[in-house]
Amino acid sequence: MNKRTLYCALVVLALLAPLAVYPVFLMKVLCFGLFACAFNLLLGFGGLLSFGHAAFLGTGAYVTGYAMSTWGLTPEIGLLVGTLASAALGLVYGALAVRREGIYFAMVTLALAQLMFFVYLQAPFTGGEDGLQGIPRGQLLGVVDLQSNMAMYYLVLAIFSGGFLLIHRTIHSPFGQVLKAIRDNEARAISLGYQVDRYKLLVFVISAALAGLAGATKTLVFQLASLNDVHWLMSGEVVLMTLVGGMGTFLGPLVGAGVLVSVEHALSSGTLGAYVHVAMGMIFVLCVLLFRRGIVGEFPHLVSKLAKGIRRRLPMR
Amino acid sequence: MTTDYVLEARGLIKAFKGFTAVDNVSLNVRRGDIHALIGPNGAGKTTVFNLLTKFLSPTRGQLLFNGRDITSLSPDRIARIGMVRSFQISAVFPDLSVLENVRVALQRHRGDSFFFWRSETSLASLNGRALELLESVGLAAFAPHRAADLSYGRKRALEIATTLALEPELLLLDEPTQGMGHEDIDAVAELIRSVNRQCTVLMVEHNLKVVADLSDRITVLQRGTVLIEGDYQTVSADPQVRAAYMGVDESEDGQTSGRPAIAAGRMQEIRV
Repeated sequence: MNKRTLYCALVVLALLAPLAVYPVFLMKVLCFGLFACAFNLLLGFGGLLSFGHAAFLGTGAYVTGYAMSTWGLTPEIGLLVGTLASAALGLVYGALAVRREGIYFAMVTLALAQLMFFVYLQAPFTGGEDGLQGIPRGQLLGVVDLQSNMAMYYLVLAIFSGGFLLIHRTIHSPFGQVLKAIRDNEARAISLGYQVDRYKLLVFVISAALAGLAGATKTLVFQLASLNDVHWLMSGEVVLMTLVGGMGTFLGPLVGAGVLVSVEHALSSGTLGAYVHVAMGMIFVLCVLLFRRGIVGEFPHLVSKLAKGIRRRLPMR
Repeated sequence: MTTDYVLEARGLIKAFKGFTAVDNVSLNVRRGDIHALIGPNGAGKTTVFNLLTKFLSPTRGQLLFNGRDITSLSPDRIARIGMVRSFQISAVFPDLSVLENVRVALQRHRGDSFFFWRSETSLASLNGRALELLESVGLAAFAPHRAADLSYGRKRALEIATTLALEPELLLLDEPTQGMGHEDIDAVAELIRSVNRQCTVLMVEHNLKVVADLSDRITVLQRGTVLIEGDYQTVSADPQVRAAYMGVDESEDGQTSGRPAIAAGRMQEIRV
């Protein structure tokens, strides 16, 4: 009941939020939130640390951007194309990467992502250093004009919610059970007859597809696809968001994305712009030292600690 | 068409760089037996175990399961044809509940393990069978607990319940009583005996009392080769085994032969 109330409250809050907060900022949080949630599915529940997730965010961004501006697709088809492109890339990269474990897995994903970075830098249709600019938002289903930030916000909220529910379902599915088993003890899962590489590949593809969806959505919001989206810094940032928020929790990545986007927002407008990465580094260090489970992961422990403290005091009265 | 032997290993060799861990080991496991693999530390027991289940690939040699050549199969495939192993360190899925641990094994047969869009409540139909299995190892009361919170002995019992869920033809146990107190050892030994009614068991075991009590057949390994294979009487009377295990030479043999239980007790003491 507790959880349901929390989620209902969050939905109401999210529906009302653009009345109080600048919708573009909220959309940015939601896009990165979805990206981090997709990453967390792989790391927190699959036990796979990818250091190249920017490749999927960027592929979603570029493909959707190109499709919308060159072919004049409607936004829903544009998003779909970007997502599918990322899923396809995820299938290829995943098939190569899941053969390796631990640090080697991370290195393979990083190397493959750098490959995509140079593709997007050099390819003739990506605009090189400039990226793709002025991508039209179009009209959703040919009816709703997304030029309005309000309309766009509710679309982004719907996309985020859809992605979030899919992740939630994936984790609470027969597949999710096997996935957790593999994360807990891979050799044992093999000895029970599971072909673990196939399960890892599937979760990799789901994660890549959702990261692509996040990138595609971001492209619509900002009408821009740039090299930042495929840069390795972006791959690092999503690790940071997930760890700060709480790896292996459902809401953690969204909270982490919220924190980092806010910090970036607060600093980049002022004279402290150059210190964004310093601030992020500090946050990361604090997080590792103080809340190892991340903000959301630490919360229940704080609550139970407080409750214990109160209980201890009560009999004294 | 069923052969007398569930598992036959012929001339297994495993060479690591500059060192042959397993040298020409042949092993026949009879259907219905409890077969023990013993030997001093470093004799290559665990390596043989890994070779049999293909967690390692033999450099040379052949593996037959029910007369079928399985030398080139992958470890997960080996498990699917009915040869399931345990590990030296208890292998449970710590973050899953006790019930879920067993259910994950049951789930494999259903073919819905890739269905990421289906709710896990669809797995509830397996709960009955999972509880039955937990009941059989005395863990039914712990079903909702996290597996990580179980005691060591109970983790081992859970591991066996999980393995039994696959209804294996041959169960391979790697040191099932390692690191246990007396009570747990007796419980696990009893469990192995009852499991043996359903399937053949091959186990690596250090506790010679357990070996003496349970085994129909024993293979002794030393420095990667088979020293002797036979029943407990034969093996425990063998001077080479006694020398390898106890540093006892032949002249003392007269005192203990014919009293295997005492010999077992002594061997165990010396190992500890």
